[in-house]
Amino acid sequence: MTDYLWLIPLIPLIGAAINGLAGKRFSKSVIAFIACGAAGGSFIVALLSFFDLLKLAPDQRHLLKIYFTWIESGDFVAKAEFLLDPLSAVMILVVTGVGFVIHVYSIGYMHAEDGFYRFFSYMNLFLFSMLILVLSGNFLLMFVGWEGVGLCSYLLIGYYFDRRSAGDAGKKAFIVNRIGDIGFILGVFLIFVIFGNLNFDAVFRKIAEAPEQFPLETGVGILTAIGLLLFVGATGKSAQIPLYVWLPDAMEGPTPVSALIHAATMVTAGVYMVVRCSPIFSRSSIALEVVMTIGILTALMAATIGLVQTDIKRVLAYSTVSQLGYMFVAAGVGAFSAGIFHLMTHAFFKALLFLGAGSVIHAMHGEQDLLRMGGLRRYTPITFWTMFIAALAISGIFPLAGFFSKDEILWSAWSRGHPFVWFFGFVTAGLTAFYMFRLVFLTFFGDARHSAEVRHHLHESPPSMTVPLIVLGILSIVGGFIGLPAWIGSNRFFAFLEPSLALAHHPEHPEFSHSVELGFAGLSIIVAALGIYLAYRIYLLRPDTAAALAARCKGIHRLLYRKYYVDEIYDAAIVHPALKASTDLLWKRADAGLIDGAVNGAGKAIQGMASILKDVQNGLIRSYATWILLGAVAILLYISLFRS
Amino acid sequence: MELIHYLILSMLLFLVGAVGFIIKKNIISVFLCLELMLNAVNLSFIAFSRHLNQVHGQIFVFFVMVVAAAEAAVGLAITIVLYRNRNTLNVDDADTMKW
Repeated sequence: MTDYLWLIPLIPLIGAAINGLAGKRFSKSVIAFIACGAAGGSFIVALLSFFDLLKLAPDQRHLLKIYFTWIESGDFVAKAEFLLDPLSAVMILVVTGVGFVIHVYSIGYMHAEDGFYRFFSYMNLFLFSMLILVLSGNFLLMFVGWEGVGLCSYLLIGYYFDRRSAGDAGKKAFIVNRIGDIGFILGVFLIFVIFGNLNFDAVFRKIAEAPEQFPLETGVGILTAIGLLLFVGATGKSAQIPLYVWLPDAMEGPTPVSALIHAATMVTAGVYMVVRCSPIFSRSSIALEVVMTIGILTALMAATIGLVQTDIKRVLAYSTVSQLGYMFVAAGVGAFSAGIFHLMTHAFFKALLFLGAGSVIHAMHGEQDLLRMGGLRRYTPITFWTMFIAALAISGIFPLAGFFSKDEILWSAWSRGHPFVWFFGFVTAGLTAFYMFRLVFLTFFGDARHSAEVRHHLHESPPSMTVPLIVLGILSIVGGFIGLPAWIGSNRFFAFLEPSLALAHHPEHPEFSHSVELGFAGLSIIVAALGIYLAYRIYLLRPDTAAALAARCKGIHRLLYRKYYVDEIYDAAIVHPALKASTDLLWKRADAGLIDGAVNGAGKAIQGMASILKDVQNGLIRSYATWILLGAVAILLYISLFRS
Repeated sequence: MELIHYLILSMLLFLVGAVGFIIKKNIISVFLCLELMLNAVNLSFIAFSRHLNQVHGQIFVFFVMVVAAAEAAVGLAITIVLYRNRNTLNVDDADTMKW
């Protein structure tokens, strides 16, 4: 099936084209069938390709399919080529698998919305772009996917375009991502300048095979520059400090979009890119340290903001930012497989959490405020149980998926000599458990804080929504077992990814005995349990503690609730000056003064010159006749005087 | 009678036509002056044709006469329309085609 690799992105593209061009005339069930069929078909091809890949020997699992030459100009050649190796295989399975499930969920969630066909067309287009991104065999095609997912993200955040906040959020996401993309494209340019090629294999082989030309960089070198530029792109797409601000606002989009794009797949593109470029990053200690530091800071900061937010989707958004931070920590300490492992398990449980939140919002008729929920357990049992599982998984409770992947990251940080990173990650794990169970308790337990009218309408979602929840719930439980840590058995997931990371530099790090690792795993569970207990105590046992605590630590609560004032600081430091400079300098001086002045000046000058000549054209035939006569005489005179 | 005599007559007729075209205000007079200029040219064509013993000039005279006939038809039509619309035959009143 690997010969049909091109089908994987093409099927969603066809689905997007059919629904986008002709969907207006189709009934909703036809639209849903086309969109879900495209996603499902793509998933099946991806699955078959994956099994074909498994049949090969581990060192043969690297299939480069070249389809055609896309750009050829002098020395520069860019080909349309797909690369199927363990890394991209994991990515296409996550993207198409979770994508398919979310497509099915969307049928139920979006059934009452206008522009049903538009929604599904964009969703399929997103799948296409994302698959191009992860399958691409060179940096340029990857950039096409990179921009494509950004476009789809923008379109879907602004799906409710009649709401001003949604339009603003879409623009914010697009502009912030543009900043990151500048870094990414500069990195790609630099790669081309240095290597004369953009193909992954060619670039990475050159680095690995010429250690004298590309030594391990402890200081600033060319690989550091490339790595840092690429990482700027990753901070934009994967919502890391300082460019994370767009993701919480992106929650303006429909909930399935938040689940697919802003939790499970697109935002992990940065992690994927860093791991894909592991041969570059692993040879530059500065780049790795930057990735690690940004990752851990983002993880901690977003988790603290998540503690006090009251919008159910915003809590999850900050949680996503925080978990993405974990993935970058993994990459930053050199444990690239652990990052991809967490990417995969996170896709399961975070998509589940978002879909569950969507189911809650659906049941509550659009209510998103946690403070107006409560006691929903009785009304929406399936949503409750699946979200409960997902919350346990993200908190890192043994033996759910999140435990294995998160613990692997924390263990890697410790065992590779970054105790501070471990400590902050450890604290973040506790915070994660706390805010996640705060969400669960406020939503599903305790007193009902909603109005009687809302309660009257409370209902469990239709099967098209609950079945995806159950599927993702099962994945959240068993997803971690493919990467069991060394103290239980051998880690098959890491062994599978091994060939993709073969060209990376793997420094020696001290080996610890399994009992030490087991001890740290125990610590992780304890801190998670502590977080859950605290949430239980504050929000269930004595519900008034929360308000009292907030009143006691008013300053901190306010700081967290207002998200460290980052949006305000950006507004004051960047947005406002840019707006002012644009208004005063670019608009009023450059545009109105210079450009309009030049255009109007040209017109005025011509008018001035014309005022001398225009009297000739006075409309009097006799005057014209005189001029013709004088002209004829002048010509005759000229001929008789000078030509004879 | 030499060629020069015909040419002098032709020139004088042309000048009368041209000056009349410029100084006359009545559109019918202007029109007549125009015809006068055309026929002045016709005269010199004929004179040259005879002088050079070639038939070309005479053929051209027929061309000019055909054009003059067509032009007379169109011109008189314009004159009638002008009179109906403006109630005048003064060419200076038909001066709206300007900047």
